[in-house]
Amino acid sequence: MEPILTVERLSVTFDRYGQGLSRTGVSAIRELSLTVEPGRVTAVVGESGSGKSLLAHAIFHLLPGNARMEGTIFYDGAPLTARRAAELRGREISLIPQGVTYLDPMMKIGGQLRRGRRDVAARTRCREALERYGLGPEVEEMYPFELSGGMARRVLIASAVMDAPRLIVADEPTPGLDARAAKRILGHFRELAEEGAGVLFITHDLELACAAAHKILVFQEGRRVDEVPARCFQTGEGLTHPYSAALWRAMPRNWPEV
Amino acid sequence: MKHRLKFTARKLVRIALLLLGVSLAAFLLMDASPLDPLQTNVGQAALGSMSQEQAARLEEYWGMNTPPAERYLNWLRDALRGDFGTSLLYRRPVLEVIGQRISNSLGMLVCAWVLSGVLGVALGVLAGTRRGRWPDRLIRGGCLVVSSTPSFWLALLLLMIFSVWLKVLPIGFSAPVGTETAAVTLGERLRHALLPALTLSVTGAANIALHTREKVADVLDSDYILFARARGEAHIVCRHVLRGVALPALTLQFASVGELIGGSVLAEQVFSFPGLGQAAVAAGLGSDMPLLLGITVVTAALVFGGSLVADLLYGVVDPRIRRGEAKI
Amino acid sequence: MKNRRKSTLLLVIFAALALCLVALAGALMASGAGIADFTRKNLPPGWGHLFGTDWMGRDMLGRTLAGLSLSIRIGALTALLSGGLSLALGTACAVFGGWVDGCISWIVDLVMGIPHILLIILISVACGRGFWGVTLGVVLSHWTSLARLVREETLQLWQAPYIRMARQLGASQGEVFRKHLAPHLFPQFLTGVILQFPHAILHEASVTFLGFGLSPEQPAIGVILSESMGYLATGRWWLALFPGLSLVLVTALFAGVGERMRLLLAPASAQE
Repeated sequence: MEPILTVERLSVTFDRYGQGLSRTGVSAIRELSLTVEPGRVTAVVGESGSGKSLLAHAIFHLLPGNARMEGTIFYDGAPLTARRAAELRGREISLIPQGVTYLDPMMKIGGQLRRGRRDVAARTRCREALERYGLGPEVEEMYPFELSGGMARRVLIASAVMDAPRLIVADEPTPGLDARAAKRILGHFRELAEEGAGVLFITHDLELACAAAHKILVFQEGRRVDEVPARCFQTGEGLTHPYSAALWRAMPRNWPEV
Repeated sequence: MKHRLKFTARKLVRIALLLLGVSLAAFLLMDASPLDPLQTNVGQAALGSMSQEQAARLEEYWGMNTPPAERYLNWLRDALRGDFGTSLLYRRPVLEVIGQRISNSLGMLVCAWVLSGVLGVALGVLAGTRRGRWPDRLIRGGCLVVSSTPSFWLALLLLMIFSVWLKVLPIGFSAPVGTETAAVTLGERLRHALLPALTLSVTGAANIALHTREKVADVLDSDYILFARARGEAHIVCRHVLRGVALPALTLQFASVGELIGGSVLAEQVFSFPGLGQAAVAAGLGSDMPLLLGITVVTAALVFGGSLVADLLYGVVDPRIRRGEAKI
Repeated sequence: MKNRRKSTLLLVIFAALALCLVALAGALMASGAGIADFTRKNLPPGWGHLFGTDWMGRDMLGRTLAGLSLSIRIGALTALLSGGLSLALGTACAVFGGWVDGCISWIVDLVMGIPHILLIILISVACGRGFWGVTLGVVLSHWTSLARLVREETLQLWQAPYIRMARQLGASQGEVFRKHLAPHLFPQFLTGVILQFPHAILHEASVTFLGFGLSPEQPAIGVILSESMGYLATGRWWLALFPGLSLVLVTALFAGVGERMRLLLAPASAQE
């Protein structure tokens, strides 16, 4: 299957001050390659601070000013330049961010989801997107601080599906949710993939990734160390790198019987 | 609503206590002054030619023989009834002098206040949204220079350029000398208030612009702007940045009342504008204690009033406070 | 890639040198600057007298330098004194808390309620004007904002887990202050003191200009500018232009250094 997103040898470096007057580059992502196929969920698993969020921001060309990016990203067969990304953002590619801080605290939910449009079509789409995730019309009139953690995350997912995107990048969308709520959110991702979108699911939780993804990439210190189908983590076979094998052994269900 | 009323009442009590403190502090400072009001006002020569009896009567008039604590309490009792004493320089009730002075400079001050706010926020947003590029460098550099410029020198500079060199604006006074107050046209008044207002708004705008720029930069670095951009939103500045900056800008604007009045003391001196600021200088130089005390208390009341308005507006505008309260 | 730390260091060295030079030159010229010579009065700026001369034939360059030197010295004195006051009261608030905190915070509010210039006038009148009047006025009106900053920073640090731990493990207050608080507070405090410099200088000049500060015999920028007011209408622009411009330059130098240091220390802009 032709991938919707191909990342080739992506590196992200930051300029930072060290001791005294020295100024050095710190690399956050090193020579990372991955593909996301339409209709499939690809999970990127790595511990906190391994540069996972930056991967999402790099795909959207939204890295901070002191970051430099190398390598190429292809979307739908053509290079995804900064300009093209700007055109595609919010139309074909959608981001599902981590939490409620990604919503404007001074603005009602409805207005934010509609992006300032007031026409009937936008209103209907907004209403439908919220309804799909079990949120009533009263949510449109709420401010972000009035949402519970689970509601906020469903609002963020609703915001992503309003425009029928072809690629969805979800950045740690589940922390702080209980297992049932998290499973439900993961179900939503599978559903979106079944509708034909490519989903890139970034998480630190291997078990969640196993439950939701077709393919799992293991990320360590900014590098990709392993790429395997999700079922490999069911049995532990086919894991090529010691780090992913260690991750597998660390999953509670693989703990040796005592 | 009940919560809001309680909050306002608490603030009002605090302001009343602070005003009491301000008046006491100002009174003590003036009491400690070694400058003799008798000498400053009557003059050494006149004092020398006066009879003992006359001098004693004058001393009595200025209350120099009563102990300070009693004088303060007397002043306080009268002040609470609305009598701030009589100005020694102008020989009229202090409140009347202050009222007239304020009415002279109110228009000018309000103009400067609004202009500095609008100019400051506009420049701050412009600089903050173009961080590191030339508009930002230019505005930041300009603000740095303006905030390093003494406002009285800026006033002198404007005076030199517009009144002496180009001769397009008058040198001073809120009205042409020798004209009846009633005969002064609005146009004349405007022409005379233009330069002081300009001085004050330029100085005030620099501070507001720098603060606004910082706030804009904070908002632009926030998660929700990243998400708005990831969703391909247009008009991010109008929709999100201005919304995020509005509240701090409003607070700053009301907090700047004190600086504005402070600046007016200098600007009015340079332009010989007969406003409150000039009266403060005259009162200080002439050891006119009742007037200086009155001006200090009234100014402090304006400053505290400004911060109270800012606090109340915050509650009305910020949904987190407005709705959060409703739930309690 | 530009290295802001390096350029800031260069700027600080340059500013320190320039200010020392001005302060020194002014102090040396102070005695000569007041000499009147009526054969050369009212000269516009030219090669002999770069800043021109006044109605008594005094060289304006010399007077300006002497005035700047005095400004810098008063600025340094007041910034240091008010800095010390803010540090003492700010930490007292944070460490003792309770009624001490309440009292000092109330005084901070009170001082902030009176516009600086008015408060300095009041204090200067209380001291009978002159050098100590204006110095005390500037010191007592400028400590509040830095004291608030110190109070908040110290409060935050005092509650920080590692300092609570150190205290529970039996470190004395002095030790905690020296080893843990001081290293964090110092850079912020230093920046605050440097940023007070320009305010102090400007307020000294303003109050002197109004007639509440240094006496007319002293070579102060405020005195020079106040005198120049009388000669503006006759077209002697140089009496006001150059002394004022020099004051702006000196103040901007301080403000620029303080601003750079603040940017380097603020987490939001440290890596820009």
